[in-house]
Parts: sequence; structure tokens; C-alpha cells
Amino acid sequence: MKIDSIKNGIVLDHIKAGKSMEIYKYLGLDRLDCSVAIIKNAVSNKMGKKDIIKIADNLDLNLDVLGYIDPNITVCYIKDGKMVKKEHVELPERITNIIRCKNPRCITSVERELDHVFKLTDRENRVYRCIYCEAKKSEY
Amino acid sequence: MKHLIDPMDLSVEEIDQLLELADDIILHKEKYQEVCKHKKLATLFFEPSTRTRLSFEAAMMELGGNVLGFSSADSSSAAKGETVSDTVRVVAGYADIIAMRHPKEGAPYVASRKVDVPIINAGDGGHNHPTQTLTDLMTIKREKGRLDNLTIGMCGDLKFGRTVHSLIKAMSRYENVTFVMISPEELRLPEYIIKDVFERNNITYKEVRTMEEVMPELDILYMTRVQKERFFNEADYVRLKDSFILDEKKMETAKEDLCIMHPLPRVNEISTKVDDDPRACYFKQALYGKYVRMALIMTMLGVSADEN
Repeated sequence: MKIDSIKNGIVLDHIKAGKSMEIYKYLGLDRLDCSVAIIKNAVSNKMGKKDIIKIADNLDLNLDVLGYIDPNITVCYIKDGKMVKKEHVELPERITNIIRCKNPRCITSVERELDHVFKLTDRENRVYRCIYCEAKKSEY
Repeated sequence: MKHLIDPMDLSVEEIDQLLELADDIILHKEKYQEVCKHKKLATLFFEPSTRTRLSFEAAMMELGGNVLGFSSADSSSAAKGETVSDTVRVVAGYADIIAMRHPKEGAPYVASRKVDVPIINAGDGGHNHPTQTLTDLMTIKREKGRLDNLTIGMCGDLKFGRTVHSLIKAMSRYENVTFVMISPEELRLPEYIIKDVFERNNITYKEVRTMEEVMPELDILYMTRVQKERFFNEADYVRLKDSFILDEKKMETAKEDLCIMHPLPRVNEISTKVDDDPRACYFKQALYGKYVRMALIMTMLGVSADEN
């Protein structure tokens, strides 16, 4: 399968196979007017299989979102058909309004316009906890 | 210390200072009776709690200060749909310090991010209750003379009991403290506390299913209520509830200087016959709660007896 290279824009590479749609959703790529290519299960020497997203526009990316979903993603910035910058994302210390606290006893369940903030409490095991009730991201 | 939201916000040194001050208040009550004159404590209790609220109010009154507030959400603007943030911003203009209890976890933390007036978490749902932890630490220090080199038994509902979880975290910072967890299988201590506190800090602990087998080892026995609604069926509750009732017979094998604690209210988990035993410390514990809250209010307001 061949997908054309992009002239100007961003390539998200080394996405763990199967995670591209999650990133598409969290970054709000459905709202863009430009071309967006999602390549699933591309062959990778390093990873065996990987996903790639190509965006034909220079938008401001929320790198925290990417880092949270998959800290191994590489962000390549393309200008005039050439890669001008490459960034490695990392697991963010805090994420705001990316995931919601589902603990029904948490203040976020009733307080209006309160940001849902999670902080990284265990880097090794990628554990995020709500800053208000300390519930683990997946506890509810 | 600007606010007190989580018991672990306090360093060991800060706890030492608070307990020292509380000790001095007990010894020289008259010295402290006007240190908070013209200061106001607001008790914002969005859910009822007689004991904690009265303890805070009595503490402020004994320091010569005034108290205002409400004791249930129905009698506050929360009933009209006001947010915690708005309520606390308004009250911050009326009071010098705020003690807040709220059924939702994290509510006092939200409040603390909105105002400069010191906020004390007086219990947020099943989450934190730092002044109970301070009360427990003060009781241990007063009754045993130390916070290290102790064997602490915790009995009853160890799964949902926030006072137990907080006390374990607080006591895990002292040297040579051994924990004995006494509970039915259904209410055993959550795995994350075993891993994050005991195993991570190399703390000696054991889990047992009956009180009798460990009574002679304990320096402290922290009792909690086994609540019927925690069980899946009535039969399990009936089968297990009596194993976790402290009575005179079980006291026979206990150390002579055992300290029995309970955050109260008690239902039937400690027989009233134990109340007159000198080892029963739970009513003294409630009293210490007032003194440690006095020390806390003074510290957070930055007042001292020397200024007067």
C-alpha cells in the first residue's frame, strides 16, 4: 500500500499498532480540513508493526496527549517535503481534561467547570491518579 | 503549612511540633485562652458530623475565638446549587480559618486552591481525615510516650476504613513499627496499601483472622466498626461480626499497658464492659482531638501564646 509523502505538515511515527484511532480522537483530527492519513499495522523493523498518522497541516499538537497515550511516539515536522525537526514525546507529569475521573464520589462529579486533572504517581507502571480524589485512572 | 488537606501534607517535624504544642496546651490551658481573640473559625459541614464539628468549635472557643458556619448542606447555599469554589470564596471574607467537611472526595482541595484563608479538611467522603490522624498520633504519643518501636493491631473494617489507611501511612514513617491487621477476608486491607506502604518501606506486617491469636503481642489495638452493609449477605455478617468484638475475655491475654483506640462512634465492637478498663483510651482519644485541633488552629493562624 502506498501513501503519498506530505509536503508540509506533521508525521506521527512509531505509534503502537492499534493506537492510531485513539490519537485521532484525542487530538481532534476529525475536525481538520486538511488531508489526514492513518496507516495501521505498517511494517516496522524496530516494532514489528506500527501505526503512522500523517497530517498535511502545521498545527499545534498537544504533546501531553501523545505522551499519555504512547510515550514512544516520534513527532516529525515536514517542510517543503523535508523533515526539519524530530521530537520524542514523554509521559507527561500532569494531564488536564484528557481523561475524566469516573469516581462517583469525586468532587469532579458535581463541581461545575472543574478541570479533570490527573498526575503521574508511578512512572514505571504508568499510574495516573486524579488530583482531587486520588482514584487511579482505571479504578472506575 | 498553608492548608491541611492530606495527613501526609505534614512532615514528621511538623507533627512533632503540633503534638508538643498540644501537650503544652493541656498543661497550661490558661496561657492559651485568648490567643485567638477576635479570630473566626468557619465550620463548613456539608454533611453532618457531630463529633468532629463540636471538637473544632470547642477548640476555637477554648482559644478565645469565635465560630460560625453550618452543619449540613441543606442549611447552606449548596442546596441552591452553589459550587464549593463559590461558597468558600464568600466565606473566606467572613472568617480567618475554615474547617470543611464534604461528602465528595477532593472538595477541600478544590477549596484550598481558591482562597488564601487556611483550609482544614475535616473529612472528605471516604478519602482523607487528617485531624483524625493527628488525634490518633497524639493519643499514641500521650499513652505510649513514643511513636516508634510499637506493635499496632488494627481490627475490623480495614478495607474501607479511611482512618486506618491514614494512620498506617502516618505511622509508617517512624522506626520499627510493626503492623498486625485483624479482619475478615472480605474486609482485609487493600492490596495497594500493602504494596505501596508496607512492602515499599520494608515494614513488618502480618494479616490474621482472629483477635485472640495476636492479643498478647499488641502495644496498641485500633478498633473500627464492622458495618453490616459491607457484606454481601447477612449470613457472612452474622458469622463474622462476633470475631471482631472486643470484650473482657479477649482483654485477659492483652498486655497490661495495651492502649485501645477507636475513632468512634462505636456500635457494638467494643463491649461497654471494657470502658472502665484503664487500657481503654477511646474517650481520652476524643478529648485529645480537641487539643490537637487547638494546636493546629494556632499553627495555621500563626499565633502563639508568647505574643499575648
